[in-house]
Amino acid sequence: MPVCCAACSGKAVLKRPKTGDALCRECFFHVFETEIHHTILDANLFTAGETVAIGASGGKDSTVLAYVLKLLNDKYDYGLKLILLSVDEGITGYRDDSLTTVKRNQKQYDLPLKIVSYEELYGWTMDAIVKEIGLKNNCTFCGVFRRQALDRGAVLVEADKIVTGHNADDIAETVLMNVLRGDIARLRRCTSITTGNEGYLPRCKPLKYTYEKEIVMYAYFKKLDYFSTECIYSPNAYRGYARAFLKDLEAIRSSSIIDIIHSGESLSIKKDVKMPTQMTCLQCGYISSNKVCKACVLLEGLNKGLPKLGIGKGLKARQKLVAAGMTLTNTESQSTSTESTAVLNTDKQSLEF
Amino acid sequence: MAASSQTGMSITLEFSGGAELLFGKVKKHHISLDESTTAWTIKKLLIWVKDNLLKERPELFLQGETVRPGILVLVNDADWELLGELEYEIKENDNIVFISTLHGG
Repeated sequence: MPVCCAACSGKAVLKRPKTGDALCRECFFHVFETEIHHTILDANLFTAGETVAIGASGGKDSTVLAYVLKLLNDKYDYGLKLILLSVDEGITGYRDDSLTTVKRNQKQYDLPLKIVSYEELYGWTMDAIVKEIGLKNNCTFCGVFRRQALDRGAVLVEADKIVTGHNADDIAETVLMNVLRGDIARLRRCTSITTGNEGYLPRCKPLKYTYEKEIVMYAYFKKLDYFSTECIYSPNAYRGYARAFLKDLEAIRSSSIIDIIHSGESLSIKKDVKMPTQMTCLQCGYISSNKVCKACVLLEGLNKGLPKLGIGKGLKARQKLVAAGMTLTNTESQSTSTESTAVLNTDKQSLEF
Repeated sequence: MAASSQTGMSITLEFSGGAELLFGKVKKHHISLDESTTAWTIKKLLIWVKDNLLKERPELFLQGETVRPGILVLVNDADWELLGELEYEIKENDNIVFISTLHGG
């Protein structure tokens, strides 16, 4: 019982989750690429002449993103200079393997590659951090450091923008997570296609409306080379529940994912809800919602042999800091909890940028 | 050929996208399904896979009688959602692929 393609009556190979249409391989490639192209155009993501750093983890999303961006850049003459940018967290048996994939992608797609490592930026690999801190809270370190590492790497290659492979499922999941956590500041901005205009480099998500199912199918049919293994250091359990919930919803009604994104986009936040103000870290100059950024606090803790220093909330964390002799004055400045959730929000598990 | 259908039905199963980690890290499995009075549907195959191939953490592969949401299934390179999903009747030499989408990006 062969099903025919809704567009050309060829042999259908896939049922689109977003529309329910059955499509053949060629028509699927066409709509998949064209939708991303339109997302880019509609949001005015790029300007000709820009250098764009693609956060590349070697996983499915960033691999598909690199492939499609390269293709669209050639096809529609965006005039962009594309660079693969990878972060080496220093996780033996995990990141070293995925970086091998990125290096293959570099050759396959003929794009320059820049790798920045935690070791060179912070003096600590994740392996060494886990030895200090154990398997609890280690994802906080990794998330905080990665976000900054990607920015610093992008500055090194003189990029104007960073693009990441966050897909529709990731965004929907983040909306749910922010609702569950009551994180209103992030709930408001997590559906934006571009973030970070106010501080460091802008970050864009061209796959924002692209379903994970289609990304995986695209990679499968195009035989793209990607790496898929769970990080060896503890998955994020809370996010895992949100993920499983979302996937269960999708199985019942596949438009759920795009519907949740739509809800997130349409929300407006009451004016009297207090939002964190953005400032610059006194120590490193990175954008921060506190006087000293989370990365510096975490690093200080590691270097002082008090790795739990930056972990925890408000008063307790402040007391720990004062006890450790860190020179901070403002009581407001130590509500570090906001920033730690920030990272877990923007970084799904620990693989994705 | 015809002879093989008497001893059973040969098919190929592939696990990827991280799903292979639950199958002893082996991606491709050539298997033979015994002759049976009832047709071999994917529903029946999943029980067979659970009893014969799945090495660990079955809850990461199966949920109830179907695959865990987030695992894609393709039969001869076509989405099983176009083919009746669990009710699809397996044929000789079918190639069935299970791709996990649940592993990092």
